[in-house]
Amino acid sequence: MNTVAAIEARHAAGQRLRERLFRGATLAAALLVLLLLGGVALSLAIGAWPALSHFKLSFLTREIWNPVTDQYGALAPVYGTLVTSFLALLLAIPVSFGIAIFLTELAPVWLKRPVGVAIELLAAVPSIIYGIWGLFVLAPILQAHVQPWLIRWFGPLPLVGRLFQGPPFGIGILSASFVLAIMVIPFISAVMRDVFETVPDVLKESGYGLGATTWEVIWQVVVPYARTGMIGGVMLGLGRALGETMAVTFVIGNAHRIGSSLLAPGTTISASIANEFAEAVGDLYTSSLIALGAILFLITFTVIALARYMLMRLERRALSSV
Amino acid sequence: MKNRRAIRKGVNLLALALSGLATAIGLFFLGAILWTLVKNGIAGLTPAVFSAMTPPPGSSGGLLNAIYGSAVMTLIGILIGGPVGMLAGTYLAEYGRTSWLSSVIRFVNDVLLSAPSIIIGLFVYELLVVRMGHFSAIAGAVALAIIAMPVTVRTTEDMLNLVPQGMKDASTAMGAYPWRTITSVIYPAARSGVVTGLLLAIARISGETAPLLFTALNNQFWSTNLLAPMANLPVVIFQFALSPYPNWQQLAWTGALLITVSILILSITARVVVARLNPAGRR
Repeated sequence: MNTVAAIEARHAAGQRLRERLFRGATLAAALLVLLLLGGVALSLAIGAWPALSHFKLSFLTREIWNPVTDQYGALAPVYGTLVTSFLALLLAIPVSFGIAIFLTELAPVWLKRPVGVAIELLAAVPSIIYGIWGLFVLAPILQAHVQPWLIRWFGPLPLVGRLFQGPPFGIGILSASFVLAIMVIPFISAVMRDVFETVPDVLKESGYGLGATTWEVIWQVVVPYARTGMIGGVMLGLGRALGETMAVTFVIGNAHRIGSSLLAPGTTISASIANEFAEAVGDLYTSSLIALGAILFLITFTVIALARYMLMRLERRALSSV
Repeated sequence: MKNRRAIRKGVNLLALALSGLATAIGLFFLGAILWTLVKNGIAGLTPAVFSAMTPPPGSSGGLLNAIYGSAVMTLIGILIGGPVGMLAGTYLAEYGRTSWLSSVIRFVNDVLLSAPSIIIGLFVYELLVVRMGHFSAIAGAVALAIIAMPVTVRTTEDMLNLVPQGMKDASTAMGAYPWRTITSVIYPAARSGVVTGLLLAIARISGETAPLLFTALNNQFWSTNLLAPMANLPVVIFQFALSPYPNWQQLAWTGALLITVSILILSITARVVVARLNPAGRR
């Protein structure tokens, strides 16, 4: 009997078994990721079904939200979600662009890291902190100084004037947009910075060689090259803003109506869910809130998927050009 | 000609000044938030915060049960989400590197990474709270685990990819099976990076509020029962800050200070580790 061979054969069999087990475990964990997303979609669909089948399409088109009469429509929160996110991006994009330029093209090397880390820390601050800061610090400042100014100068204008009329509440759509803007700045600027860094030095140097100023190189070489990635970064920020919950809940005022003024209180999908879900009684009420969640999921899923697709394409291009 | 050059220089200067201003704005808000937290939070930072339970309105108390609850749920969350995420990240980095399945999983993981956390809360509510019939700490922990997992998947994959191919090849050439190479060569080489990813995941979930609102809910009393509602810092801050009672608001500020300081320390530690690992790297 050749015992050495027998031991070796047994050892090899053991190794193969462990290999199969380990590989199976990693594959199972990876598949769990898919399962989770599927589970989320499925559970939202099931939870939303009673409300959607009861109100049909009118759920999407009605502004009413009345737990007493059990009548629900998603228009006000959907409107609030879209408007606050849009305004937040309007405020955040120029600032994020400036930060990304500062970090990639301007800052001396010793300043790059600390400033970059500080901006990233802004993203690490939990959203509830933005919420209480927004409610107790930012909203009073907006109410006392910014909103009266807006009402005075923009209120009388034709067309856009309607957006800036009425009393300065402090809390409302505008304040929520402000807080959201501060929250998405680090996300957008981080992506933009990374994208700017993929621009090959030789392209920039060609620009400088032709006598272009720093700004001309940025605007005519870096930005066109990085455009897809920049849009991807903005969309990621949008995804963040659309789903942001706690910060908005604190400062939006939670009013289920669509005011013509940006200074008026409103609500968003996530704020409605956060405020009402734990206390919702009755199947239709709960289901309507879950239906709101399903709408939010659809919107953010689309936005994030598009953003990731754009960034992925850019990555592939960066790889193939190396 | 001269005039045009002056204009170009002026535009250049203006644009660069504006970009500096934008950076100053970003830094200003970080400073403003931290300053508010310190100013309002430090007054309430007494030993009682760490030794007494959350009080009823008007009487004094602390945050002990909330701190404990947050720690427990974060710990369970990372104990579930961390290892699963690491395994999935291992699959993406080592076994399924270029397969179409991996591309799909990577994409879905990225979507989960940025999915609104309140949606995860709704999912766990449907999954666990409705079945069990009541709110519970374990439901909160599962919600946190689901949020921690995609973060870990991503960082694990990135960190394993940093391990030099030569090391893997050397191990394979010695006759090691992939599992042996991964556990004995790749994991040790990537250890600090993977730990960093876990730290970032902990930082991410320990401040999450939305997914806990209707999973763990809150509990005014000391509770170690995982099957019952459990107090936690974020939800306590939410309820206390919006209350009209001064002592509750004070506790909310103190809780906010505690949570922010711990998260910032975690994030900075994680970054220092990465910087040391990868000095030439971009981040």
